[in-house]
Amino acid sequence: MTEEIIQVRNVSKFFKNAKAVNDLSFSVQKGDVYGFLGQNGAGKSTMIRMLLTLIKPTKGSIRIFGNDLATHRIDILKRIGAIIEKPDVYKYLSAYQNLALFAKLSGIAPTRSILMDELKRVGLSGREHDKVKTFSQGMKQRLGIAIALVHEPDIIILDEPTNGLDPQGIADMRNLILHLRHERKKTVLVSSHLLTEIEQVATRILIIDKGKKLVEGEASTLFDPANTIIEIETANNENTLLKLQESQWGQYIQPISGHSVKLKMHKKLLPSLHQWLVQNGVEIISIIPRHSLEDLFLQVTSGKNYVENI
Amino acid sequence: MWKIFNIEVYKIFRRPRTYIAFAAITALIVIIQLGLYVDGDSYVDFLMSGLKDSFDFQGKILNGYLVCYILLQLLLVHVPLLIALVAADMISGEANMGTLRLLVTKPVSKTSFMLGKFLAASFYTLLLLIWIAFLALAVSTWLFGTGDLIIQKNVYVVQISQDDVFWRYAGAFAFAFLAMLAVTALGFFLSVFSENSIGPIVATISIIIFFTIMSTMSIPLFQHIQPYLFTSHMVNWKEFFDEKLDVSDNVIKGSIQNVQQLYNSAIVLGIYIVVFVSGAIIIFKRKDILS
Repeated sequence: MTEEIIQVRNVSKFFKNAKAVNDLSFSVQKGDVYGFLGQNGAGKSTMIRMLLTLIKPTKGSIRIFGNDLATHRIDILKRIGAIIEKPDVYKYLSAYQNLALFAKLSGIAPTRSILMDELKRVGLSGREHDKVKTFSQGMKQRLGIAIALVHEPDIIILDEPTNGLDPQGIADMRNLILHLRHERKKTVLVSSHLLTEIEQVATRILIIDKGKKLVEGEASTLFDPANTIIEIETANNENTLLKLQESQWGQYIQPISGHSVKLKMHKKLLPSLHQWLVQNGVEIISIIPRHSLEDLFLQVTSGKNYVENI
Repeated sequence: MWKIFNIEVYKIFRRPRTYIAFAAITALIVIIQLGLYVDGDSYVDFLMSGLKDSFDFQGKILNGYLVCYILLQLLLVHVPLLIALVAADMISGEANMGTLRLLVTKPVSKTSFMLGKFLAASFYTLLLLIWIAFLALAVSTWLFGTGDLIIQKNVYVVQISQDDVFWRYAGAFAFAFLAMLAVTALGFFLSVFSENSIGPIVATISIIIFFTIMSTMSIPLFQHIQPYLFTSHMVNWKEFFDEKLDVSDNVIKGSIQNVQQLYNSAIVLGIYIVVFVSGAIIIFKRKDILS
């Protein structure tokens, strides 16, 4: 049986007249890599900050490890590690000093060798005693990861962890998330605007917009090939639509939007569809199967397709 | 709270900025001591010029105790500005660096976090005063020797026997610490409202200057509120250097002229400290960390 490790119920956060998060509910199960998606200003960071007690919700409740966050803040935070946007640490201290300081704040007193091993694990071996002000953004990010993991938390919350990283850094972050899930059995909640990165690591996904939930569900369901949207552009879309409606493909036709004809069907039927179109004299300009997270994201955030709990 | 205190003290003394105040104090005191060492007699003649017709001074007036008194009069007005550099940076500086959000996600209660930080800022203030005491009192008595302390008040002169001076300085420094703690608390309170250090530092200094002006101007309107301004009480360390007289107008050794004034000032300063620190904690606990 799955254990709901984070439960967010009807949480809202209002700043003066702005609704940053609006009646948002979701849950994260133990072992999930939970992808938290939304456009800039959608309310992701506000929600993550509420999970970390940086911001107080205006309404609603947050339970983590079965306890109310408002009343069990310290016990809960002992079991959480986080990187919130860019990992700002003390630039006038060394990587080792920063790690030791935050380890102490996290309630542990690791030995020197444990701290050195942790720094080695994130690739800062040889730079342990250099001041952080000499570090690149990627190195600071790695130190931030070491700080987030040094107390062996059960949940790791990463808010836009790939911000400012080069492609290698982004790939390293992806591998780290997978490592945390598979090797260290951690639950990870990660927000990012890099949808392809989320797509590659997330087991569950939540998309929000204007503080409200648009989609939440298993990544495997959201990207189910049986639900692939086929977008067809032809020389005469209206005529093509009529032909399709009168054929066996009519059952797959989706409401018209834009300048193309859309069908929702299993991806494996695409060659047959293509063959049928050619045989029926349709002048094809393009056929695009859309099933990626980016497509789903654009689809739901365009405001045309609000879906919940797939 | 002690964990936070230890960490904060460690951080304070790892920052180069911290040593600016110590360097500034050292430079100021050494320059004044040098000036008095080279040409101190002329300075004392100038100070005592109004009294020479009425009194016959014998012995060495310019001794280490007088130099310390002169230094305290000059410095304790300006030390708050140096304290503001650290105290007003305690929270706002963390917000500016982006470290505040990481700190608040750690399993420490927000009250302990704030108290630990305030205690660390207070410890810095204490060390600064100990450093001033060392330079102003220890080094001055070493350079200038000891003797009776002769101070000119507004309408009279106080002569304190040299064997009755040291405890007065201990009391004066303890009182000065309380006064500087009020400044620390003000800077700490203001640092909660900002996400950069400049605003709270400037605001702290501005308030001190504004209140000091109001405390010293003899305008009836200001005189009504002067007893409630902490700056009016900050200068009352001088009460330690005034002696009581008996019915025969003889000095009572080891006495303080106006002990009640000292108590009152200590209470007012204490109230300011409690109000500022409590206010800072309450506001911080309610505040959303958006930095």
